[in-house]
Amino acid sequence: MIYHDLVIIGGGPAGLSAAKVAAEAGVKSLIIERDFKVGGQLVKQTHMFFGSEKQYASTRGINIANILIDDVFNKSDYIEVMTEATVVGLYSDNIITVLCKEKYIKIKAKAIIVATGASEKFLAFENNDLPGIYGAGAVQTLMNVHGVLPGQKVVMVGSGNIGLIVSYQLLQAGVDVVRVIEAAKNIGGYKVHASKLRRLGVEIKTGQSIKEAIGKDCVEKIVVAELDNKWEFIEGTEEEIEVDAVCISVGLSPLSSVLSMGGAQMKYVAFLGGTVPMIDKHHETTINNVFVAGDVCGVEEASSAIVEGYYTGLLVSERLGFKHPNHEELYKDFKNQLANLRSGPFGKKTRLGLKEILR
Amino acid sequence: MLKTDGIPTKKQVLSRFPNEELLDRPKAITECYEDIPCNPCSTSCPFDAIHIGEDINKQPKVDFDKCTGCGICVFNCPGLAIMTVQVIEDRATFKIPYEFLPYPIVGDFYPGVDRSSKVICDALITKVVINKKQDKTALVHVEIPAEYIHEFITIRRP
Repeated sequence: MIYHDLVIIGGGPAGLSAAKVAAEAGVKSLIIERDFKVGGQLVKQTHMFFGSEKQYASTRGINIANILIDDVFNKSDYIEVMTEATVVGLYSDNIITVLCKEKYIKIKAKAIIVATGASEKFLAFENNDLPGIYGAGAVQTLMNVHGVLPGQKVVMVGSGNIGLIVSYQLLQAGVDVVRVIEAAKNIGGYKVHASKLRRLGVEIKTGQSIKEAIGKDCVEKIVVAELDNKWEFIEGTEEEIEVDAVCISVGLSPLSSVLSMGGAQMKYVAFLGGTVPMIDKHHETTINNVFVAGDVCGVEEASSAIVEGYYTGLLVSERLGFKHPNHEELYKDFKNQLANLRSGPFGKKTRLGLKEILR
Repeated sequence: MLKTDGIPTKKQVLSRFPNEELLDRPKAITECYEDIPCNPCSTSCPFDAIHIGEDINKQPKVDFDKCTGCGICVFNCPGLAIMTVQVIEDRATFKIPYEFLPYPIVGDFYPGVDRSSKVICDALITKVVINKKQDKTALVHVEIPAEYIHEFITIRRP
């Protein structure tokens, strides 16, 4: 058994930010990351971020990842990073089990921050397992991390910010984005992203979804059709589109299963993207000294995940007896930043969702 | 309509332009028609000409008396939703953000497109500015016939 003061599960924006603030307060932490390196989804975001200066607005996601990673490596006396390590269990007395490079490790922590993020939802349609049908995250990994094109002619399913941004990145890579289709009546993401695509010749069609994929060894064409008010396909509106790749971007769902396993009280909240833990205002779950930060307690933009990480790192440090020298000032600042990021129409779902899980 | 196809209405576009007599100097046109949490246009402006305020969800308002059309907001806007416009007689000069490689070639004509990507005019590239501060978003200076100032939005790659 290995003992740690603070274990942070997940080295994405929330986990890295939490470790940084905790280190400033004097808390030693261990970040456990499933991937080969930390940075989370930020490492494949080539677009400039929204928000304000405090959340690195106008900086590209990949560069924000580097800033957060540098913050952590500059505090290597306080922060240890374990990569290629997957947390597979959360047990009583805050004991977690980790599978790291085929080794099984037990770790006991005084406090745990679960910052596991979210995973992509998928869509049920005929032949959705044909090669060439990707999640948007996979397309970004292939294209922006490994420099591999997913196809030459793509239809994007879903017009949330991820769908719109990935479509733009596909254009930048020289791929023909034939159409963005959206089941809802209106575009889901920021309209500035939509306008950016439209002016470059990408058609955006709302009230339409994918019905079927057709192909022998890989996707060759798809059938799309319009939807009625009950989200049922309207017969006779079917249309075939030739493609060699389809990108599915229909939202994210919190990766909260480790908390369910640990016995935390959970709740399904559609506004937050799925099953999330009940939390108090310190982001503590119903398990003593197990906290959450980032998308695991509600899907939002990475800007919010960064601030939630800072916020939770600050409060966990206080719990562990290490009060940050600027605790009061930072507490107020992080709370204000979160409130500001969530106060507009796009923050409505988060505002309503958080009301449902605050205890 | 913007919310269903990404194309703003003519009325929306016109609401972001200053009076025409002010356009003898370059001015920023902020095409952000929705309350989203974002304010780099305002904080990057060296002349305090773009206002959003405490609530970063508000839409930017340009003080055209202060705006010099320098173009710093153009490459700082994460939504690529800002350009500058200047009109001299029958020619209009735009500074537009551009994130495709290769960058356009100065002296070449490119198809100028409107917000629905329809080709409307020839666009002459007069300057391409790219420095470290811009972080890969080029500032492309484009000259077009002045009659298209409310329609032109970007160039199509040839």
